[in-house]
Amino acid sequence: MSVLEIKNLHVNVETDQGTREILRGVDLVINEGEIHAIMGPNGSGKSTLAYTIAGHPKYTVVEGEILLDGENVLDMTVDERARAGLFLAMQYPVEIPGVTVTNFLRTAKTAIDGQAPSIRSWVKDMRESMTNLRMDTDFAERNVNEGFSGGEKKRNEILQLELLKPKFAVLDETDSGLDVDALKVVSEGVNRAKANTGLGIMLITHYTRILRYISPDFVHVFVNGRIAEQGGHELADRLEEEGYDRYNVAESAAQ
Amino acid sequence: MTAQMTSTAMPTAGQHGLVAHSDGAFVPVQTRSERFRSTNVDDFEPISGREHEWKYSPVAAFADLTSGELDGSRIEVEADEVAGIEASWIARHDVRIGSTGGVPEERASANAWSSFGEALLVSVSGEDEKTAVITRHGLGDTPRAAHTVIEAAPNSRGLVVLRGTGPARLSENVEIVVGEGASLTVVSLQEWDDDAVHLASHFARLGRDSFLKHIVVSLGGKVVRVNPSTHLAEQGSDVEALGLYFADAGQHLEQQVFVHHDAPHTRSRVTYKGALQGEGARTVWIGDVLIGNTATGTDSYEQNRNLVLTDGTRADSVPNLEIETGDIEGAGHASATGRFDDEQLFYLMARGITEDEARRLVVRGFLAEGVQRIGPPELEERLTAALEAELEGR
Repeated sequence: MSVLEIKNLHVNVETDQGTREILRGVDLVINEGEIHAIMGPNGSGKSTLAYTIAGHPKYTVVEGEILLDGENVLDMTVDERARAGLFLAMQYPVEIPGVTVTNFLRTAKTAIDGQAPSIRSWVKDMRESMTNLRMDTDFAERNVNEGFSGGEKKRNEILQLELLKPKFAVLDETDSGLDVDALKVVSEGVNRAKANTGLGIMLITHYTRILRYISPDFVHVFVNGRIAEQGGHELADRLEEEGYDRYNVAESAAQ
Repeated sequence: MTAQMTSTAMPTAGQHGLVAHSDGAFVPVQTRSERFRSTNVDDFEPISGREHEWKYSPVAAFADLTSGELDGSRIEVEADEVAGIEASWIARHDVRIGSTGGVPEERASANAWSSFGEALLVSVSGEDEKTAVITRHGLGDTPRAAHTVIEAAPNSRGLVVLRGTGPARLSENVEIVVGEGASLTVVSLQEWDDDAVHLASHFARLGRDSFLKHIVVSLGGKVVRVNPSTHLAEQGSDVEALGLYFADAGQHLEQQVFVHHDAPHTRSRVTYKGALQGEGARTVWIGDVLIGNTATGTDSYEQNRNLVLTDGTRADSVPNLEIETGDIEGAGHASATGRFDDEQLFYLMARGITEDEARRLVVRGFLAEGVQRIGPPELEERLTAALEAELEGR
């Protein structure tokens, strides 16, 4: 069984104003098949955690470990992490002009699997996933994220999740900016991916709304760069009632 | 791209008729159509490198072509045999030489014009679509002059690829005559050896309601300068000028594009895209558009985009627009030079794609837009393959 372990993670980021400490000792264990919701106010370090796992060069790990099935993730390059089975659904996916979705997906699939997918099953899989995510067929011939609406960008992230079949997925505010219909479609996609591959999921969100459609096994409240409280689904319900106020953080102060 | 710069060139003093254009020797040349021109190399002063047409170029690298003696004998060409596109040699006093009205504006072009013996004539006739590739290779190290006339008969259609491979030290002029109602595509494809030097001036004259798609693709060569001028001489003529270039370490790729709107209801679209990679990779794009006072209803747009992949490169981009009539449909220009976007790289790598492949994908994507507009699939494939080879560093 696969496991993703984060141990005593401290992360800094370089800014124009100097070095800032963002993560201050994060401990988290995610097993295959589990859904962990990471909730917290803006600026609490949720996205930093996501990007650090994926290996974005902006973030410097000063202490601690990230292990995937015992392997040191921090020693891996960004692409090696993806090939090892980690996936980050981005909050703001970038445009890649001139590169079609089809070309991009096939290139990524080939890289992850170490060989090109058989054309027949690949075309079938792609079509099926796109239909499930209510994406038009012409979508595949558009350039990656170019001129996509917010909802289309998020669907495209989940399409990749379904097709690339990672062991663990970090979903960074996949729910933000989605209307309720798009939120349902995207959530169904995540649930389908989990049912098909049994992946472990770290679901990062500011709001409890998406938890109506994706049911977490564990909820962690993130405040000031570390986990302040954890529990089950009932913790999310409480947050919906009370917000983050009782953690004594003004959201603006944490920016 | 993250760092984008849009440049808007300052209007020159000679615009809008504020300065008479024919004041003689005491006023510097202001308007693009009134530069000094001559087919005789001796009419030009020796080159200092400070002249506006040479100031971006490494002139010392090709002094043999600008001031030396050029071998004007026939160059070896391989031409596809295609019905409706005939290639033959004509004497230098043939009436078709100079029929575009194009006259050299600089010394390398004039030197070639003064030196060539016979000219290659490519005649396009017939209304069906057809393609001919004309390859020049094995030109060797001798400084050479060449002259080519591509002539599309009225209402004819066709595509001519002028391709260069192997070693070369070549200065040449290419005249393109597009007859009334004709639709012609000319591709100048530079795949020379690494140490080759190629200086070219293209002069196109478009007849009434004709269309020219003019494509410059520069990949190989130490110094490649292709300067296409298009004279939209008659009503309703239309040019689409595309350029793709990829400069590696130590390479100088330059293009000075001139479009002269000289008749009512003419249209031009100029789109040049380039990528630069490696120490000393150098590109220059100068885009001049002149909308003359007879060119009412002109519709014009020119743009240049450069993608900078590494440190140590330099891209110059100079759009110029002169408008002598107020009665136009549209005229615009844009220039953007941006660095490789690291966020794109991160996104692709986060999907398992290696850094090298991710870079190639982004560059290919950037240039693909240009390739996709080129037209015939077999030509697109050929250009894609050439670009791939360039990206692979072959």
